Amino acid sequence: MSVWTVLAPILALILGAPVGGLLKGIDRKISARMQGRVGPPILQPFYDFFKLWGKETIVANKAQLIFVWLYFLLVVAALVLLFMGQDLLMTLFVLGFGGVCLVAGAFSVRSPYSQFGGYRELLQILSYEPILLLTAVAIYLRIGTFQVSSILTSGQPLLPYLPLAFIAVLIALTIKMRKSPFDIAASEHAAHQELVRGVYTEYSGRYYALIEITYWYELVFVLAFVALFWAVPLWIGVLIALACYLLELFVDNISARLTWRWMLRISWIGGVVLVLVNMIPWAGGWW
Amino acid sequence: MGLISASRVKSPWILHYDCGGCNGCDIEILACLTPLYDIERFGMLNMGNPKHADVLLVTGPANYRNRRVLKNLYEQMPAPKLVIAIGTCACTGGVFHNCPNILGGIDKVIPVDVYIPGCAVRPEAIIDGVVLGLGKLAALGK
Repeated sequence: MSVWTVLAPILALILGAPVGGLLKGIDRKISARMQGRVGPPILQPFYDFFKLWGKETIVANKAQLIFVWLYFLLVVAALVLLFMGQDLLMTLFVLGFGGVCLVAGAFSVRSPYSQFGGYRELLQILSYEPILLLTAVAIYLRIGTFQVSSILTSGQPLLPYLPLAFIAVLIALTIKMRKSPFDIAASEHAAHQELVRGVYTEYSGRYYALIEITYWYELVFVLAFVALFWAVPLWIGVLIALACYLLELFVDNISARLTWRWMLRISWIGGVVLVLVNMIPWAGGWW
Repeated sequence: MGLISASRVKSPWILHYDCGGCNGCDIEILACLTPLYDIERFGMLNMGNPKHADVLLVTGPANYRNRRVLKNLYEQMPAPKLVIAIGTCACTGGVFHNCPNILGGIDKVIPVDVYIPGCAVRPEAIIDGVVLGLGKLAALGK
């Protein structure tokens, strides 16, 4: 335990990007196979990253640079906090702050595509943030603390007690991974270009590379969050997270995109209600 | 060859702009994205954003109206970048040659790296032309 509390955050910091990049490469390969294509090599996200890093730097304004660095650093900080076994609520707010920085960067430019992408990103945050925060509260009601380290030592997996919250987190996972029913802000699919690249439009060169690497860290974060639902033994949680990842790829490839209204309806009426209902049996002596 | 220029060859992101041809070449470009040709296996993605693109694919002839747009798109792309003229119209003006509103090939407006003639260009020729240009792209960076 004592060795891992030091080692886990360092490993998350070092391995977060390579693991996230590989997952993204596997994502592109599997998606291509589902569409009957050969697909790019597994290492393709790394080629994209290094190419973007070597491109000429064109910046619209200096504020954007600060926001993109903040986005990167805060998401990495959230991942490190999670692996340090710190307060789950704090971790989620740090992640949320990172997401808002991305929007602020998009808003700091006059491009209409970037602005609209920013608005849509705000709606995405509005959709997934309540699910994640309420899930943290549900976990608190179940085990009596927000500490991630306590979830790891609680002795019982959370999934049998919080199955509805788990389903709600899957909805949040789709939004956070920018997968197809809900990839409205960033047009993560290269074929979806009605807002050019949405919130990413005005980032170029190595600042876009930073956004790519932040996406990898974010991916590892959300999958680690899913894995918390079966934290003892942790390898089952990791397998569940990977299974959810494959499920997301499947959903991504079979579904068309929805509008932001549908995203809000599904995440609030579906997701938030599921978590709230799941809280009832564990909120016993609380009110 | 360093890591970055090696990656550059493996990840050419595409911006596709139609100067006002007959759409024949555009359909052939889109055919490259289909499962039959699948250019994503070379890491090529149709980005639709000049700020993320490495390769500008242009179809159709340059005229007095679209030259500003073409120049604007070209200038928004961060270096190193590549311009590929696709189809006879983009190369020389093609059937529109000597029309009063036509300047000629797109090389009248922006520097072109690879010319792919044909009416319409076959997808194999487009892929071949882009691969030809990639060698130049790798050399540009160093």
